[in-house]
Amino acid sequence: MTDTLIQGRTGPWEIVLGLEVHAQVASRAKLFSGAAVGFGAGPNAQVSTVDAGFPGMLPVLNRFCVEQAVKTGLGLNAQIHRTSRFDRKNYFYPDLPQGYQISQLYHPIVGEGALEVERDDGSTFTVGIERLHLEQDAGKSIHDMDPHSTYVDLNRSGTALMEIVSRPDMRSAEDAAAYVRTLRTLLRALGTCDGDMEKGNLRADVNVSVRRPGEGLGTRCEIKNVNSFRFIMQAIEYEARRQVEILEDGGKITQETRLFDPGRGETRSMRSKEEAHDYRYFPDPDLLPLVLEEAWIEEIRASLPELPAARRRRFAEQYGLTAYDAGVLTAEDERAAYFERAAGGRNAKLVANWTVNDLLGRLSAEDRGIAESPIPPETLGELVGLIEEGTISSKIAKTVFEKLWAGEGSAREVVEREGLVQVSDTGALEAAVDKLIAANPDKAEAVKSKPQAIGWFVGQVMKETGGKANPAVVNALLRARLGID
Amino acid sequence: MTELTALTLTDAVEGLRTKRFSAEEITRAHLEAMEGARTLNAFTVETPDRALEMARASDARIARGEGGPLEGAPLGVKDLFSTEGVETTAGSRILQGFKPPYESTVTANLWRDGAVMLGKLNMDEFAMGSSNETSAWGPVANPWRSRGSNASLTPGGSSGGSASAVAADLCLGATASDTGGSIRQPAAFTGTVGIKPTYGRCSRWGMVAFASSLDQAGPITRSVSDAALMLRSMSGHDPKDSTSLPVETPDFTQFVGRDVRGLRVGVPREYRVDGMPAEIEQLWEQGVAWLRDAGCEIVEVSLPHTRYALPAYYIVAPAEASSNLARYDGMRFGYRAGGGTLTEVYENTRAEGFGDEVKRRILIGTYVLSAGFYDAYYLRALKVRRRIADDFDRAWETCDALLTPSTPTAAFALGDKDADPVTMYLNDVFTVPANLAGLPGISVPAGLDANGLPLGLQLVGRALDEGTLFSLAGALEQAAAFRAKPERWWS
Repeated sequence: MTDTLIQGRTGPWEIVLGLEVHAQVASRAKLFSGAAVGFGAGPNAQVSTVDAGFPGMLPVLNRFCVEQAVKTGLGLNAQIHRTSRFDRKNYFYPDLPQGYQISQLYHPIVGEGALEVERDDGSTFTVGIERLHLEQDAGKSIHDMDPHSTYVDLNRSGTALMEIVSRPDMRSAEDAAAYVRTLRTLLRALGTCDGDMEKGNLRADVNVSVRRPGEGLGTRCEIKNVNSFRFIMQAIEYEARRQVEILEDGGKITQETRLFDPGRGETRSMRSKEEAHDYRYFPDPDLLPLVLEEAWIEEIRASLPELPAARRRRFAEQYGLTAYDAGVLTAEDERAAYFERAAGGRNAKLVANWTVNDLLGRLSAEDRGIAESPIPPETLGELVGLIEEGTISSKIAKTVFEKLWAGEGSAREVVEREGLVQVSDTGALEAAVDKLIAANPDKAEAVKSKPQAIGWFVGQVMKETGGKANPAVVNALLRARLGID
Repeated sequence: MTELTALTLTDAVEGLRTKRFSAEEITRAHLEAMEGARTLNAFTVETPDRALEMARASDARIARGEGGPLEGAPLGVKDLFSTEGVETTAGSRILQGFKPPYESTVTANLWRDGAVMLGKLNMDEFAMGSSNETSAWGPVANPWRSRGSNASLTPGGSSGGSASAVAADLCLGATASDTGGSIRQPAAFTGTVGIKPTYGRCSRWGMVAFASSLDQAGPITRSVSDAALMLRSMSGHDPKDSTSLPVETPDFTQFVGRDVRGLRVGVPREYRVDGMPAEIEQLWEQGVAWLRDAGCEIVEVSLPHTRYALPAYYIVAPAEASSNLARYDGMRFGYRAGGGTLTEVYENTRAEGFGDEVKRRILIGTYVLSAGFYDAYYLRALKVRRRIADDFDRAWETCDALLTPSTPTAAFALGDKDADPVTMYLNDVFTVPANLAGLPGISVPAGLDANGLPLGLQLVGRALDEGTLFSLAGALEQAAAFRAKPERWWS
């Protein structure tokens, strides 16, 4: 993780990355029109005359969307600006009916903040947040339905987006992906964005530049609309390589906007300088400055749920979990809730093992979320409880888990019905041990000088009892009979 | 029947309420007058069927003893206001055939109060113009002509159709809009009363936008009382317009006729502009004398940034317009020209759909907002705007309202100021500052010039203090006793 440099022909290069994430506000209505927001509605079914830019139509700010932006800003430990403004970004395109996008260039609602990002190995780093602003989304142009025409769907037009701009604080494609993943987890925990990247509800523009280690920032290129973790990493790797090659050939990087082509796995220039837009930003005269009351901000602050980073720390401390397990279990609200319900009164580390390795492993193999788990948290807890009290062994527990997955009842029911209760009855086990020693006198003799060979005897007893013997009891009996300390 | 069209709005409403005549009768009288006055080109759309239907509904309400404050009163609507199902073009070819699926808040308020819609009134294209000559549907003629002349004069603009129709007795009153003087200047040119209320008093929802931070609706009528009556119905907070003020609407009619003794009226010395005709100067002095006689205290005030108002206006208004008019791209409504590519369709649609003045202002606005010029033009203009507002705030420390001429000249001939747009822009010199500061201003007919053409005086007041303006305007109206009517050369 530390060695993130690219080796070029002429030496090492460092990648510098900053991200602009567009997160669609989880709101049932648009930012300025009150029209419904939804996925999968028929084309142009969710369009008001405001979204379609009809004459005389005016924007009215949606209070709920503002609240979500404030909430997100608080989650990013960012400064909430008591006064912000909306500006118009002017350009012509058929999916932009008003001829301008309402955004916040000069005075965003949220200023400087920071996000602590966790890598897969549990190490963390901090990404500075430059700003978060509210803006409208455009509609969708569909170019491939007809050879001569472009179709326009305005359902998305006017939908509220939060644009979250990071500082250029990332140095590898993995770190950039980890940042987006952490941000997504935060947004989902706050409930301000559903984070659904497939539906385009969370998209990233990636700013990539390269430099010699220790030197100042290089010229950056912006890669637009990269909408999966895999594409983010691919796009960065390709783009960094491209820039290194140009620089090593003695060329210069042109600051430009580039598009990632997932089919070819490469980035390409989106528009030339001659076509560069002059957006003519100016304050939207249809909207007043947005002034937030301190009391309202505090009210929102008080309503914040426990955030993933804090929860991760609490899980590690309160339950004694590894950084990795704590990270996995706090990545989603539902997971954390599941774990906490299952772990109540149990050996939490054991519950964490079962949740992360067995349950989540199985769910992910079937492409299901924890909300769709066939095993309720209480049942998983009960299973761990049976292990803890010695009723079943860990090995038997795997069998029980399969039956629980198949929906065959509670853990105790399954264990009792199937006769899987661990044999801890010394009398029954003594007989098995004596029989085994009598049948293998040479091995019994050998184990006295080589005590680690006792494992063979334990294994035989377990086999004999169909796995139901309590291994600890068997071990103690064997040691006593064989005269090992 | 003609006397029904000559009534003031106030008298007509009273006559309707007391059933001296029916809404249908007075509506028919107006429809006939409109038919006979088509030479004026005041109406772009006449809606006789809707008018009669609304009138009959009014008669039914009056018969039941119900009825609103404007019940049965036939009014005209400036074509800037969206009217549901009725073509709304804002004087532009680019909106040809556009029938909005919604009704503007201002007109909806009028219909709620019982008014009857006669039709849509001609205007300068997108309200950009001071002579009504930029309308795609041809200029409106002023019913007034110079004594002994047959030359067609401008009714002013951009609410030229509204002013002309009210002056020619084609409607009892009309909606209008004022971005830099578009209510007050045509009112002055046609011997009518026009008030631009405080910015935010009337909702802009459904009003085709020119310059959002300046546009404000108001009425043009034949008396100060009529203006108060009509404005009361047009006003009111509208949650659909974020710039609409969340305030109660006072009963403006109660202010007309009130004692004005002790009110302090300011005379701004910077409004004595070079080249102002002596007649205008004299009228202004006359106005001062009338108000002094009515018991007002006259004080001289200074508005030092006045001379920067017009340049600032001609940066701010085109800047906003260049963005507001971007939506006219031929994609979803209105006029659309052909073309091989998207860019060609845009270019052809806008080249054919917009007139020269609109194009000129879009170009100015695009220029002043562009990278590298924004600070020098737009930001500086905003600072000037602030200074102008500060000037007024300082003036309110010593006076309650300002008295100025409404315009620097009387109505001029159509085609007279075609050559140089700047001379046309100068027509707004007295009216623009109130728009920049968001203040109410009213123009009251005060006399005739040597050619027999009407001249107006303007009163500007504190924000939300239309009441004081109505009281002072009432005093001016009474003193001026303006009774002149244009000769009916058109019918």
